[in-house]
Amino acid sequence: MSYFIDRRLNGKNKSMVNRQRFMQRYKKHIKQAVSDAVNKRSITDMERGENISIPSRDTHEPVISHGQGGQQHRIYPGNKQFDAGDRIDKPKSGGGGAGSGQASNQGSGEDEFSFYISKEEFLNYIFEDLALPNMVKKTLSTQDDFETRHAGFVTEGTANNLSIIRSMRNAHARRIALSAGKKRKLKELQQEQKELEENPDGFKQQARLLAINEEIAILKSRIKKVPYLDTFDLRYRSQVKYPVPTSKAVMFCLMDVSGSMTQDIKEIAKRFYILLYLFLQKSYDKIELVFIRHHTSAKEVTEEEFFYSRETGGTIVSSALKLMHEIVQDRYSASEWNIYAAQASDGDNWDDDSPHCASLLSNQILPQVQYFSYIEITPQNHQALWHAYEKLSTDWPHEFAMAQIKDPGDIYSVFRKLFAKQNASESQRSSPQGESA
Amino acid sequence: MSYISTDSEWTFELLEAYDTEIKRIAEGYGLDTYPNQIEVISAEQMMDAYASVGMPLGYHHWSYGKHFLATQKNYQRGAMGLAYEIVINSSPCIAYLMEENTLPMQALVIAHACYGHNSFFKGNYLFKTWTDASAIVDYLVFARSYIKKCEERHGIEEVEKVLDSCHALMNYGVDRYKRPKPISTEEEALRQEEREKILQQQVNDLWRTIPKGHEEEAEKKKRSFPSEPQENLLYFIEKNAPLLKPWQREIIRIVRKLAQYFYPQRQTQVMNEGWATFWHYTLLHTLYDEGLVNEGFMLEFLTSHTNVVAQPGFDSPYYSGINPYALGFNMFQDIKRICQNPSEEDREWFPEIAGSDWLETLHFAMKNFKDESFIQQFLSPKLIRDFKLFSLYDDERSPKYLVDAIHNDKGYRTIRDNLSRQYDLSYREPNIQVWSVDLTGDRSLTLRHTMQNNIPLSSDCTEVMKHLHTLWGFDIHLETYSEGKKINTQACPDHTKE
Repeated sequence: MSYFIDRRLNGKNKSMVNRQRFMQRYKKHIKQAVSDAVNKRSITDMERGENISIPSRDTHEPVISHGQGGQQHRIYPGNKQFDAGDRIDKPKSGGGGAGSGQASNQGSGEDEFSFYISKEEFLNYIFEDLALPNMVKKTLSTQDDFETRHAGFVTEGTANNLSIIRSMRNAHARRIALSAGKKRKLKELQQEQKELEENPDGFKQQARLLAINEEIAILKSRIKKVPYLDTFDLRYRSQVKYPVPTSKAVMFCLMDVSGSMTQDIKEIAKRFYILLYLFLQKSYDKIELVFIRHHTSAKEVTEEEFFYSRETGGTIVSSALKLMHEIVQDRYSASEWNIYAAQASDGDNWDDDSPHCASLLSNQILPQVQYFSYIEITPQNHQALWHAYEKLSTDWPHEFAMAQIKDPGDIYSVFRKLFAKQNASESQRSSPQGESA
Repeated sequence: MSYISTDSEWTFELLEAYDTEIKRIAEGYGLDTYPNQIEVISAEQMMDAYASVGMPLGYHHWSYGKHFLATQKNYQRGAMGLAYEIVINSSPCIAYLMEENTLPMQALVIAHACYGHNSFFKGNYLFKTWTDASAIVDYLVFARSYIKKCEERHGIEEVEKVLDSCHALMNYGVDRYKRPKPISTEEEALRQEEREKILQQQVNDLWRTIPKGHEEEAEKKKRSFPSEPQENLLYFIEKNAPLLKPWQREIIRIVRKLAQYFYPQRQTQVMNEGWATFWHYTLLHTLYDEGLVNEGFMLEFLTSHTNVVAQPGFDSPYYSGINPYALGFNMFQDIKRICQNPSEEDREWFPEIAGSDWLETLHFAMKNFKDESFIQQFLSPKLIRDFKLFSLYDDERSPKYLVDAIHNDKGYRTIRDNLSRQYDLSYREPNIQVWSVDLTGDRSLTLRHTMQNNIPLSSDCTEVMKHLHTLWGFDIHLETYSEGKKINTQACPDHTKE
């Protein structure tokens, strides 16, 4: 006797645990691959999965086996021209030629073990190192604002959602359906009754009249029994919760592109922008990016130009801040937009300009933005701009943060710092500043 | 009779109809099977089943995750189709059918797995001796929950470390001659606790450091341990490693038991697949002869069958070794031919089976052989000619290969001997045994590798020795002997390099 069992509805993810164990074990490799991918992608292109490759020798599970060499006999099928006693040249190293290498377990496999991770996993790996505070993690993973929307009518609900018109319409229809036939019959009988009462002679007619009267009484009581409103007439408005992105945000990327900024420094700056962008993306539905680069004068540019074109010349940081302020005035009113800004520089600035920058920030920009972060990417001592900004971080502890990055390895720790500060202003951030004030 | 079906869409009713007919025919041919449990699953579930290397429920380990990722990627890329079926040596015999398959394919799988493999599991002497089909699922349940408990108590990482090491030595965790006793779950759980206590006592006794009387000590020095070389490395470690905790010993035991369970399958690949393929071919042809299936059904089945038994030549880009389906199927077909229409040559080579009852002979072959002896016994000159087999001698000292036999009178026996040896596990795997333990000294464990034909160990062995070291806890020495002379030693940890 054979039994047939339909298992198709059983869970299909029996291997999930094992898959996670694998990912856990090769975390280091996966992280490396993720960070390589981050360097290659555009800031706005972080939300997709990635193909991860791990060298096969690292995932290899060793077993005791024979190696190459010694004296071995091997049998092959499909002889065409060989005769006993023939000698055949061995293929030069690498194998793959006639009758070699097949028996061994080396050489036949790929050099890389590769697999695909989903976009969630990809992002988790990016964020993992940031050691984000719990509060921040929560905002990254959940969407806590909902609005209720109508979604038709349902048969169950609470009294406050009762749709009177729908319910009455149903009741009416039901009453018609249940009593129309009876009413018609009643009408006919009443007509006949009337005729009989007008000519009340004859025994037969009398009997008929009695019968009719009785039937009329039954019909009337039946019609009366059809309820005016029944529970299954009731209709309720259906309300569903719909997640609402809190709002829109604009992110300003400001970067010094003067001659002193090398491509390496720009790469580091890119990571900085990417992470801020990703962070914002979790909280806002719509994010606009504005790239402003500057040397002695500032200019709004595309992402491509921003990262990869070079200019030479001196540095006047305030030009970028001014341009940013103008753009905010022009296009992003603080009451509608959450404004974030990230500024990266090697710290060089025209000496007289630095105090000017600080006052620009303090008087015009910081009152309007949610958050302004500044990183100074330099292996040397702090530069003029740093000293000018230092005072700002005490005056605006929630809105302004700055840090120094010496090499790419520092970048995550810097973020931890920046986002830790963010935590404090979390409550303000969830709605545009203008409204919360 | 009318056709069972004319459509290629399957339904459970149709599957049952096919099963009933196939079962009837199979019984007519004397196929004795365990009851069948046929499970229909989706492609994703098939990938899960695949990843767990043929165990219906396995314990968790990263390596299965690796298998899964590799399978998933190949499948999604289209580089690999999934197997049509997976069948498990258990009673009832569990076979998986994939829902994507067409009806003729499902019928083929039922014939192949549920009557072919199933009867092989039940009939072959290796399976009968080494595996207990009725207990395996219970044992897997026990193993899974035991390992889970260990993970909770000792941490995933600790458990993984032991498992990694055991997996590396899995092929050396089998008894080749002793027969293990079958037991059920409850017994297993009870015994396990008992074992923990007793085992630890014994181990402690072996490693007693308190000095005894002088005479005894002198005697002890002379005694070598183990008294005889041990082939089952995992068993030896489980029983004698000085530092292992009871739960670690139990995990070694679990891996060892599973290795033992899979051991017959590793020795009967050609026979098992050949037998199943022979029977799906024969059973479905009988269905056709009885008028139960139409030409369309047969064409679809034969297309698939032909692909399965194709043997590309050694110089073909598709060549990846000798196809066990092809060799096995053709050998069983050939035995049938020798019984029914023996040629002069057959009568000379196979006097005892030529002209005998084919069904009886086939069953005899299935029951009493493994790949190595099966080939040695039944590979006929005709088949060697059909496959155009040739033997290549590879001596690393020579820049050329030597063709030392081809499909002619002089070559048949050489080819048959060499092919048979190619399937002999004791040739395929290096011969490594536990040789001695330095009981009174540094507690190091010495293994002896007896070299065959100067074939060296692969570089993996260094890694495996590290795993061995993890389990044993003290130094490991591996001595390689060739023709009675010690030619190489390796140690782990390698003190010479420090």
